[in-house]
Amino acid sequence: MPRDDRAPQAPGGAKGEARAHESAEKHVTGRAVYLDDIAAPQDLLHTYLGLAPAIGPLRTLDLAAVRAAPGVIATIDARDLAHNDISPTGKGDDPIFPAERTAFHGQPLFAVIAESRDAARRAARLAVVDIAPAPSHLTIAAAEAAGADLVTEPLTLARGDAEAGLAKAPRTLEGAITIGGQDHFYLEGHIALAIPGEDGAMEVWSSTQHPSEVQHMVAHTLGLPSAMVTVKVRRMGGAFGGKETQSNLFACVAALAARATGRPVKLRPDRDDDMIATGKRHDFEARYRVGYDETGRLHALDMTLAARCGFSADLSGPVTDRALFHADNCYYYEDVRLRSKPLRTNTVSNTAFRGFGGPQGMLAGERVIEEVAYALGRDPLEIRRANFYREGRDITPYHQRVEDNIIARLVDELEASADYQARRRAIVDENRESPFLRRGIALTPVKFGISFTATWYNQAGALVHIYRDGSVHLNHGGTEMGQGLNTKVAQVLAEALGVPIERIAVTATATDKVPNTSATAASSGADLNAMAALDAAETLKARLLAFAAENYGSASEDGQVAFENGAITAPGGSVPWTTVVEDAYMARVQLSATGFYKTPEIHWDRGAGRGQPFYYFAYGAACSEVTVDTLTGEYRVDRVDILHDVGRSLNPAIDRGQIEGGFIQGLGWLTTEELVWDEDGRLRTHAPSTYKIPLASDLPRDFRVRIAEWSENAKRTIKRSKAVGEPPFMLAISTLEALSMAVASVADYRVCPRLDTPATPERLLMAIERLRAEAQG
Amino acid sequence: MLRFLLNDREVALEAPAPHATLLDYLRLEQRLCGTKEGCAEGDCGACTVLIGRPSDKGMAYEPANACIRLMPSVHGTHVVTVEALAKDVLHPVQRAMVETHGSQCGFCTPGIVMALYAHWRAAGGADRQALETALQGNLCRCTGYVPILEAAARALAAGGQLADPLTTEEAAIAERLRGMWAGRVTLAGHGGTAILPADEDDLAKCLAEHPGATIVAGATDIGVWTAKDFLEISPAVFIDHLPGLAAIEPVEGGLRIGAAASYADLLPWIDARHPWLSAYWRRIGGPQIRAAGTLGGNLATASPIGDTPPPLMVLGAEVVLRSATGQRTLPIEAFITGYRETALATGEFIENIRLPDPEPGTFHTASKISKRRDEDISSLSAAMALRLSDGRVETARIAFGGMAATPKRAHALETWLAGRPWTLETVSAVAAPLAEDFAPISDARASAAYRMAAARNLLIRAWAESTGQTARLEAHAAG
Repeated sequence: MPRDDRAPQAPGGAKGEARAHESAEKHVTGRAVYLDDIAAPQDLLHTYLGLAPAIGPLRTLDLAAVRAAPGVIATIDARDLAHNDISPTGKGDDPIFPAERTAFHGQPLFAVIAESRDAARRAARLAVVDIAPAPSHLTIAAAEAAGADLVTEPLTLARGDAEAGLAKAPRTLEGAITIGGQDHFYLEGHIALAIPGEDGAMEVWSSTQHPSEVQHMVAHTLGLPSAMVTVKVRRMGGAFGGKETQSNLFACVAALAARATGRPVKLRPDRDDDMIATGKRHDFEARYRVGYDETGRLHALDMTLAARCGFSADLSGPVTDRALFHADNCYYYEDVRLRSKPLRTNTVSNTAFRGFGGPQGMLAGERVIEEVAYALGRDPLEIRRANFYREGRDITPYHQRVEDNIIARLVDELEASADYQARRRAIVDENRESPFLRRGIALTPVKFGISFTATWYNQAGALVHIYRDGSVHLNHGGTEMGQGLNTKVAQVLAEALGVPIERIAVTATATDKVPNTSATAASSGADLNAMAALDAAETLKARLLAFAAENYGSASEDGQVAFENGAITAPGGSVPWTTVVEDAYMARVQLSATGFYKTPEIHWDRGAGRGQPFYYFAYGAACSEVTVDTLTGEYRVDRVDILHDVGRSLNPAIDRGQIEGGFIQGLGWLTTEELVWDEDGRLRTHAPSTYKIPLASDLPRDFRVRIAEWSENAKRTIKRSKAVGEPPFMLAISTLEALSMAVASVADYRVCPRLDTPATPERLLMAIERLRAEAQG
Repeated sequence: MLRFLLNDREVALEAPAPHATLLDYLRLEQRLCGTKEGCAEGDCGACTVLIGRPSDKGMAYEPANACIRLMPSVHGTHVVTVEALAKDVLHPVQRAMVETHGSQCGFCTPGIVMALYAHWRAAGGADRQALETALQGNLCRCTGYVPILEAAARALAAGGQLADPLTTEEAAIAERLRGMWAGRVTLAGHGGTAILPADEDDLAKCLAEHPGATIVAGATDIGVWTAKDFLEISPAVFIDHLPGLAAIEPVEGGLRIGAAASYADLLPWIDARHPWLSAYWRRIGGPQIRAAGTLGGNLATASPIGDTPPPLMVLGAEVVLRSATGQRTLPIEAFITGYRETALATGEFIENIRLPDPEPGTFHTASKISKRRDEDISSLSAAMALRLSDGRVETARIAFGGMAATPKRAHALETWLAGRPWTLETVSAVAAPLAEDFAPISDARASAAYRMAAARNLLIRAWAESTGQTARLEAHAAG
């Protein structure tokens, strides 16, 4: 596979340097310090959570045996809490511990504090809990049957008149798909360490994507002003959205325990409890009616996206909104109505996960395309092309014009480089001769909107200090979870200051350095924080230039002065960076600056369903080929070709890593990763023994990933790059549609198979058997 | 006293609890925090270390999951953690991982480095299949594995194994370790008692002295039960250090396999005598689990989804049980008596397993079906031995896993098949006898309906393969 863009490159070219992750050597030697590796503060205690064994009214919560267990110091439950709500949207529906009834099986009920983690874990099992039997709604169907209580106000996006469009369309069809959820399975589970300070202050180390929210929640829970709480995070061992709001509970419980004992307290649930007690990707049921014509052009679409949100709102409002925002993917619907249905269920409260509802909406949109293609007996790629946004047909269901559209070019290039047409013909031919093994191929596009739909989240801050020895301290509001954010921001800063990147020390994200930060989420980390760091750099450069002009006689007005190669160079000569810095210090020039950035142009009126929620779109396309064993439903991904748009890459190596990793994570979501709850609402897949994320051997046998070298962001983003965290995740939809084609082959492609996800061997075989039975009957 | 080598120094501990894990010891007692806890059940590989024992040739190192490695079992071994790899410069595996951008969040990385180090030390293959097999026991959630596979290949190309300290010092290490063994080791403290018998005779004695003892071999099950459910195993008798109990010897008509022989120990014998099980065997866990898990353990745990019983049943394997008072031999089907129940009496242990060679002229086939190809537990598994002549089935021996409370022979189906023509029509009509044999359950791995449908279709697969057709996906067909 071609991997040239991983080779190191000289800086200053059209794209950024393919630098290694700033912590790469620490990762490989085991010297990178994760939260659980921090040297324990003196007198450290441990706390552990006790989980609800059933759903319903809490009749008894007797913790006497827990407190009597060896090593135990105290317990905490709802009765001990003055402020018992950590709803991230202020809805008051997210208690730390429930007081009267448990909302889901496995909900944290209490905490036990002990001298060791082992003692706390063992004691937590000794609680006497009695929960009255009560009816519960575990699934989308059950919640709808019971009257569909919603966790938040639903959204409708509409343009034109969907009903009228359906009525006058030459042909119509309707269908549905059930889309499974997904556990984040970050390798480092949730963890928090709270250290009490003077006057009741609290310092919390948290594995979180959102330090400012953890700060807010801890302050609220302890009844403190935010200024008394400091939250820090150096790095996470993966997050993927699972540590956007879900860290709050662990941080607050550790802080409560630290306050109760006056000692530092750590909380680290084991893998099973982490998976049971924290939210996941929402599962959805999409139902659609579509009007189209013989050419494959879509006339009208009416789609409802019902989501299992769990017991509380958490981020389900914006998640289900984003599902609607992406149900169009790259396609223009003439008359359209999209409705969300964020259902309350007695399950864990679902949350952010890479793509944030977008993948589910996009998958539903792609199923519509497939259905129309099968109904017309055409290659789905033709239907996709026929409906791409283009001039005159470029208004989304939320009334934003698609201005930076490059999907046609991406798809054309990929179709050619992947030899799609010839391979598809060959597969159709060979399937006829193959009794047991059937192949499928599909090429699907991705268009993903970049910006938080909560407009105020699109801001970031940075703090840069230059010390007298010339070293540079970089701090910004983003968090490092493996995505290489710190590397990219440091690269931007190093280039701006013209110093080698080794001079820059990346430091832990801390709420006392950069306040009021947004979650590192929505793929926005580099877009926002690198801009903020650049802003700080520009401030410092302006001061140093003014100083240099005065003292070294360099001309700063004609733009001839440059910060590069560790010096300030000007027509008059070159002064080394360290000299400039020391001289500036002695001349009393301020060598510390903050930076700030807010995304321009965007606005969104949710009530009206109109606006420009996205600053720009990131695009991509993937072509997957698979083989399915029609006797067992086992499958193999034979080949995947990807062409992805990252604008002008800040770091091609990191961007490639996001594309490959995102694709494989998406592949897991759509194939092997199955969440199973039993009829009592107990999660049965709560560890890697039962919940299967992809392994190395699940990679496509032939995997060809390319970055669209010619792309640059039409908007003035940082160095014209584009966000890359989430968009590649949805490239895996191509694999699902390829599997669908292989299944459809058993009925000669006459029927679009109903193929829910994840498409496990079981779902594939059952779909095959159904099609075979229908074909015979 | 528990004694072992930890990287470059010797450690002696008074009496760790029998359930104490190597991972907790490394992280909490030694503050060797490069070894990570990802799952505490031996499934993610973030805690991978190397464990070495003296062997005929010097030292034999295997990758191990420290999270389910119980401390008593590291007595007399050399434990190597990621901290030992890079002294002043990065190890070739580490260098390659940096160069290929093989880490993102970095949390799985030390475990991946150690798994690749084990593969590199063994000078394993650099082809895709070999590398993927080496990584079966390690999960990465960030990278999608592409750069990790490339790093593995680069490190192998870089070579340097002969200069590796574990190689240059292996004679000295082996000698130090041999010096730690002198008869029975008893570790008794407030956390319980662990005993490492001196040999098989002593094992029989130990079990007579402690009739309620828990026998611990590779601990791939027991380590999970103690870590997750606080299972009490004291007094625990450890057996995976006994060379006599791990021996594999050819005997008349087959193999005599010591109960403590690991899946990995068996691989070359499987490849040589049972090539029909070669691919199947490589889908039991990953390298860490195959190095630790034992054939005797897999039988004694008597799980309905154990991987080895179906093929052992169709081969007619026998289990030799031993106690202080004698020996007895049972066919495997008589040994497994119920859901996680066996015929093992108090004081008895499995001494060895007699595995017959395939009968000439018999068609053998095995399948394991799971949600994920590698390192997954079967939804169902099947093994078949079919004697065919003149286009008819003479006799059939068929066993399934995952279809009942125990792995089980399909007697009704076997009887029904006997004498029938071996045709697509026959194998397409097995629903009725199969339903007589099995009424599977639905669980998190698969539904009852799927299990039945796939089980029926495995007969079609067997027919197709016996007639030279392709009816199964090989992971590496496309290369």
